[in-house]
Amino acid sequence: MKILVCIKQVPDMESKFKVDAGGTWYEKTDLAWRMNEYDEYGVEQAVQLKEQVKDADVTVLCIGGDQVKETMKKALAMGCDRGAQIVDDESYAKEPAQIAAIIAEYAKGKDFDVIFTGMQSQDRGSAQVGILVAEILGMSSVSTVVEFSYSDGTVEAKRELEGGVKACLKVQTPLVVTCQLGLNTPRYPTLPNIMKAKRKELLSTPVGDLLKVEARQETMRMYFPEKKGGGLILEGEVVDMTDQLIKILKDKTTVFA
Amino acid sequence: MKILLIAESREGTLLGGSYELIAFAEAMGGESSMFLVGGDDVLPAYQGKLYLADVAGCGEYNPDVHKQLILDVVAKENPDVVAFCHSSYGWDLAPRVAFAMGAAQISEVVDIVDGVPVVPVCNAKLRRDVKANTAQTVITIQAGAFGLEDEPAGTPDVEKIAAEGEGKIEFTGYEQAEAGGVDLGKAQIIVSAGRGVGKPENVSMIADLAKALGGEYGASRPVVDSEWVEHNRQVGTTGQTVAPKLYVACGISGAIQHLAGMKKSEFIVAVNTDKDAPIGEVADVLVVADLKQFVPALTEKIQSL
Repeated sequence: MKILVCIKQVPDMESKFKVDAGGTWYEKTDLAWRMNEYDEYGVEQAVQLKEQVKDADVTVLCIGGDQVKETMKKALAMGCDRGAQIVDDESYAKEPAQIAAIIAEYAKGKDFDVIFTGMQSQDRGSAQVGILVAEILGMSSVSTVVEFSYSDGTVEAKRELEGGVKACLKVQTPLVVTCQLGLNTPRYPTLPNIMKAKRKELLSTPVGDLLKVEARQETMRMYFPEKKGGGLILEGEVVDMTDQLIKILKDKTTVFA
Repeated sequence: MKILLIAESREGTLLGGSYELIAFAEAMGGESSMFLVGGDDVLPAYQGKLYLADVAGCGEYNPDVHKQLILDVVAKENPDVVAFCHSSYGWDLAPRVAFAMGAAQISEVVDIVDGVPVVPVCNAKLRRDVKANTAQTVITIQAGAFGLEDEPAGTPDVEKIAAEGEGKIEFTGYEQAEAGGVDLGKAQIIVSAGRGVGKPENVSMIADLAKALGGEYGASRPVVDSEWVEHNRQVGTTGQTVAPKLYVACGISGAIQHLAGMKKSEFIVAVNTDKDAPIGEVADVLVVADLKQFVPALTEKIQSL
């Protein structure tokens, strides 16, 4: 079985963001980078599937500059067999249709049985790439998956809907699966596996070899949302703030009435 | 401008997002028509053309068939914009339709400013103005971003449509949320734990504060996914939607999905170390503090009142 898992390196969402000089993206210096949270579930599911079927090979794909290798090494340490870096220092500016086209061009003719992606990235949050890859390649696809099982070419999965409801379904491979939070419990790489990952193959391909489509959309401006105001901010000593808050709750609500 | 609105129904109920689409069309200033897979019993109050595909014929979850039905309507109507809700239905279907149309898809639109779609970035900490380079555009709208000023009214002009063929995905049924547990919807006071609680042992601080206030405790999604709190206490789009008299968000940054589940609360207090956290957007009071110090101190004060 051939498995592909696509990951993205994103900034830690708790970071202090700044708008860059061009005014169309966030400043990329002084940020801590990590694997997109949704993609961690994809890596874990890919490795679990390999462990289940035994005879399988898992490729992890990531688009970006030199710094994405760190994140790819984590995926390799989690159990992926080989890495495919698509080298692109301007991947942040690519829109979802272009990212999907790059992945599909890479995957074309390689006969992957299952392709995992996160259901969205934490920074752009477009929630499109996985399904677009499937549409380009003519594969089936299932999105926002929270339960996954595989048996003999058939996948049974549950999609998460609103209000805690799940849709249950069956579909044949080849298949693209986009992973929702909570699909599994992503493992922590062990030290021996981190050492082993250093010796795994990590091939780099220039993005120009794979990208053949124009951008369908562009960012005109990036900015901070206007503070709506009205909200009071309390800062200072904990003991003072507890007194202040209790006074506010007494004045503005009926919870102590 | 012509806009095709993709309404949603599930298990014989029209979903509320369908009306938000109508509000979106008004914000765009366009002439709209609507598409729905459903039945005669779930018709929206809508003055306009409604293309209705019978759910008995094509199923509620069948992306291949729903995509084809929408593309048939797109061929008839030739809309400038096809609008979906940014929901589990829209996430799944919009990219399929956009790809087939060769259209740009602009996801999770929260506002239209001078005709330009605005979308959130990085957990709503930033925003982007986006321009499509394609003649037609597919848009998904964020839940709660567009609301109708007046009660929806009207009777749609229904045209029934049908699909041929079957999809490759077999839908085998719904699994309902686990029954029982707490109904947060009835609680007057809710104190919720977010990722900022740090570890499962700290959830008890949140529960203690809730008890001192005479309320219930809840949690955001990451805390539930980590199994520190059971799912029936989850607040947000995939959990419960609540509107208590007082909502205290502890260590919750304010992901859109969480805000959608609690922003109608009468009074909102947020406790967070990050002054710029998006939860501040909806909070009446933002306490800038480490909840692990502030929450127990507050509980103690309240107990001594």
